[in-house]
Amino acid sequence: MEDFLLLDNQLADDEIILRDNLRRWVDAEVIPKMPNAFEQAIFPKEFIQQTADLGLLGMTLPQQYGGSEASYITYGLACQELERGDSGLRSFVSVQSSLCMYPIFRYGSEQQKQRFLKKMAQAKLIGCFGLTEPDAGSDPASMKTTAKKVAGGWLLNGTKMWITNAPIADLAIVWAKTSEGIRGFIVETEFKGFSCNEISHKLSLRASATGELVLQDVFVPDENYLPGSDRGLGAPLSCLNQARYGIAWGAIGAAMACYEKAVEYSLERKQFDKPIASFQLIQKDLAEMLTEIVKAQCFNLQLGKLKQENKASAVMVSMAKMNACREALNIARQARNILGANGISLEYHIIRHMNNLETVFTYEGTDNVHHLIVGRHITGISAFE
Amino acid sequence: MRDYLGALLTMKILVAVKRVVDYNVKVRVKSDHSNVDIANVKMSMNPFDEIAVEEAVRLKEKGIAEDITVVSIGPAKCQETLRTALALGADQAIHVETDANLEPLAVAKCLKALVEREQVQLVILGKQAIDGDNNQTGQMLAALLDWPQATFASAVECQADKVAVTREIDGGLETLSLTLPAVITTDLRLNEPRYASLPNIMKAKKKPLNTIPVTELNIDVSPRLTTVKVEAPAERDAGIKLESVEQLVEKLKVEGLI
Repeated sequence: MEDFLLLDNQLADDEIILRDNLRRWVDAEVIPKMPNAFEQAIFPKEFIQQTADLGLLGMTLPQQYGGSEASYITYGLACQELERGDSGLRSFVSVQSSLCMYPIFRYGSEQQKQRFLKKMAQAKLIGCFGLTEPDAGSDPASMKTTAKKVAGGWLLNGTKMWITNAPIADLAIVWAKTSEGIRGFIVETEFKGFSCNEISHKLSLRASATGELVLQDVFVPDENYLPGSDRGLGAPLSCLNQARYGIAWGAIGAAMACYEKAVEYSLERKQFDKPIASFQLIQKDLAEMLTEIVKAQCFNLQLGKLKQENKASAVMVSMAKMNACREALNIARQARNILGANGISLEYHIIRHMNNLETVFTYEGTDNVHHLIVGRHITGISAFE
Repeated sequence: MRDYLGALLTMKILVAVKRVVDYNVKVRVKSDHSNVDIANVKMSMNPFDEIAVEEAVRLKEKGIAEDITVVSIGPAKCQETLRTALALGADQAIHVETDANLEPLAVAKCLKALVEREQVQLVILGKQAIDGDNNQTGQMLAALLDWPQATFASAVECQADKVAVTREIDGGLETLSLTLPAVITTDLRLNEPRYASLPNIMKAKKKPLNTIPVTELNIDVSPRLTTVKVEAPAERDAGIKLESVEQLVEKLKVEGLI
């Protein structure tokens, strides 16, 4: 789509090259497959190896651990382009990179980094992130999963819910309560007592594998305990912060896809002998959609620069995620409306994005909680703790 | 070059790439009809040139070519296009910098100078650029160098100092055998260009890219043509569907077309 505010001038050549290449890949290899994948509720397995071959898994990590030392803006642009394809595809990359490789990189031992990260970058090992539970969503501190110290390791018990990638995972980063607080563990899915139930009957993120993790007296050896996670809940929250940054970019990618489709359709669709794009109400919608996309892109770009300089705060990321998801969902709904009946057909992609964004709006921190995080920043008073 | 092994070990390829308006952009004509408006328009590598880069990289991967140089002639932004080619697998890049809009003859002369300087045995170019649609540069370059040429290649097969090039022509397929050094221009079906991976994009940042001003080549690049007027194609009205041949004949009569 048009670079309305000439934001490309702010990007480095390699950032533009990655984005344009990925756009070509998504257009040719992803979008044509998505209507069927969504309808049949399948995550296309070929995307796993393809995203690894493109170098998208753990891209910001150092080369010695399989990354490319890519800038945070590059990571953001990748999320944007992937979600132009489908939120499920972007979720796969987010979870593998920000929620699984990142905690091992940041909180893992050197031996754990050596053992897992390169294989994860190559998609030889797929990860998932177990924080949310059936009764612990916005309030993760109320989790019931426990880890009890035993000789040579830990005994884990509990249930984790709504876990992206769970049915295809080889390992899970599981957060559990110990006698000293919340800690992280690398649980390999072949450990005895571990099982996963796929969650079906979803009407959103259908082309993404979601599951429930059940841990029954799972013995996790000491070598799989994340030693740096002794800071408690701050550790999983720092991972979510990484992922939310990518979501802020990704949601706008989905919005771009909807906006472009709405523009194209409104210029072609004729009613009352003229393109519906000539009606003032449609133009007002399109103008609002483009405005919100450009505003969010500016926010993302500045946030990416700050992240690169290690100056981005969690509240900034919350605001970016909150704003991008809300506006993307509104844009998808407006676009759906412009397309009329065609708007509900998978053939036009908008309804798929719209349904996906319903999840993106509330996962990794609901819209409400992000408002409260920003509210706490403004007032100094926490409304939820 | 006559020696089989020698040819294998030393073949250098030059690939010319042009930065053009992206094929997805709907261009608009400037209000003074002097040209299309390319201010702030998305630009990318000419798609036929992407195919040329891909073919060169495949020849290198097969061990037939040793070294690939990409060249682009134009403003500073061409460096992004060259970095893309480096990310796809070229070894080094030359940017001939000019803000002037060069015509095919001037481009061919610049390329000839570079071919001689870089000692290449094979030049691969897109059959045409999707902006000017001239389809002349490759042919002019071959003439200036007095090298054999094969245009619109749909398959390329290298053997010792010969290259067999298949071309799609009206009657079917035509295969030419050229003796190197030679010039090849690419058609759409020659290959499907790969996607640049992020690690290769990062590696490309460190590959050599030399910029030289066009004046350094001592070539007269002044235009030979004058553009009189640029106009958008006339808008076509939508057609209508008719039920039968009779209706068609009647309609053509009514319209005074037969």
